Amino acid sequence: MVTPAMTRIAAVFLLLAVASPAWAQTPQIAIALRDHHFVPANVPAPAGTKIELRVRNEQKTPAEFESSSLHREQVVTPGATISVYVGPLDPGRYEFFDDFHPATRGHLVVK
Amino acid sequence: MLPTAIIVFREVLEAALIVGIVMAAARGAPRRGLWVAGGIAAGVLGAIGVAGFAAEIAEAAAGMGQSLFDAAILFAAVGMLGWHNVWMSSHGRELAAHAAQLGRDVRSGARPLWAIAIVVALAVLREGSEIVLFLYGIALAGQGGGVLAMIVGGALGLALGVAAGTAIYGGLVAIPMRHLFRVTSWLVLLLAAGLASQGAAFLMQANLLPPLGDTLWNTSFLLSDQSLPGRVLHTLIGYTAQPAGIQVVFYIATLFVIGGLMRLVGHAAPGRSDGTAAPRIA
Repeated sequence: MVTPAMTRIAAVFLLLAVASPAWAQTPQIAIALRDHHFVPANVPAPAGTKIELRVRNEQKTPAEFESSSLHREQVVTPGATISVYVGPLDPGRYEFFDDFHPATRGHLVVK
Repeated sequence: MLPTAIIVFREVLEAALIVGIVMAAARGAPRRGLWVAGGIAAGVLGAIGVAGFAAEIAEAAAGMGQSLFDAAILFAAVGMLGWHNVWMSSHGRELAAHAAQLGRDVRSGARPLWAIAIVVALAVLREGSEIVLFLYGIALAGQGGGVLAMIVGGALGLALGVAAGTAIYGGLVAIPMRHLFRVTSWLVLLLAAGLASQGAAFLMQANLLPPLGDTLWNTSFLLSDQSLPGRVLHTLIGYTAQPAGIQVVFYIATLFVIGGLMRLVGHAAPGRSDGTAAPRIA
């Protein structure tokens, strides 16, 4: 049996879920690894908020997405897309690289 | 060949330093070599298995599978190191006192060598799986001058890493037995705190922990994480040039929890007043 009170409570929870910052406001930013280059090499990102980097490896070989300034590292197998949460960050340039091919580098440009 | 050697060396280095420290911490225990070798073998097999399922692990939990996996491995290792240290605080003194004698205390056989074997296996598994993936990528792409160059580079990197582990072990066992366990207890404690801080970073990148300040301080102008001394210190004491707040919280909490338990257990141990060197800390 569903009482009006239960419906109201459910509605409140639904609203909270939709409105909660973790769900609704975490911007997703896509970065691709293509032919040993990050695409784009300079990734624009907003300052002062948590962001989710979606890193997709479009190469035939494994890579490891890593950043010292962001202290993040995660393996990305061929064809896979991984999620890395960063921030809230101050404005600036944050370097990241493929640890398996250290010459492959890019920057998160936070404004 | 050289880039391969450098990357393999970097990955082997962390595992080798950990093996060198716990091997010294297990000094005097019967069949410690067997336990450590077993841990290495299990770690290598595990690394190949993990590398084989890397794609599945990476895409699990909406692309955060590897972060969660790494965090689980790191916290398991922290638990084992903590257990070892707490055990040593209550028994280490008698071990040190009896080490020179034959007919050693039977209790030395009860030393938690399984904890040490698990730490070794986890360290080898974590670093090894990255080596397997990296070498697999090289073999697949045919870069770096072919398979022979890859094998030579890999072997060179492995040899250099093992040499570093052997060096730290050699340095530690040169310490007189009555002081050795105090030194290894400190090293294991700092190692555990560093691994806990790394584990916190993985949970943070999986969005399960708040950063509590993305960069608390930045000492990369003094010592970069990417430099060789930076990497060695990263493994040994958890050095991070730009730590997040949550990493510092986990580091300090691990120091206090394991250190506190060590003191508690160490004080409870009988016969504390006979003046022999006690391998407790602080």
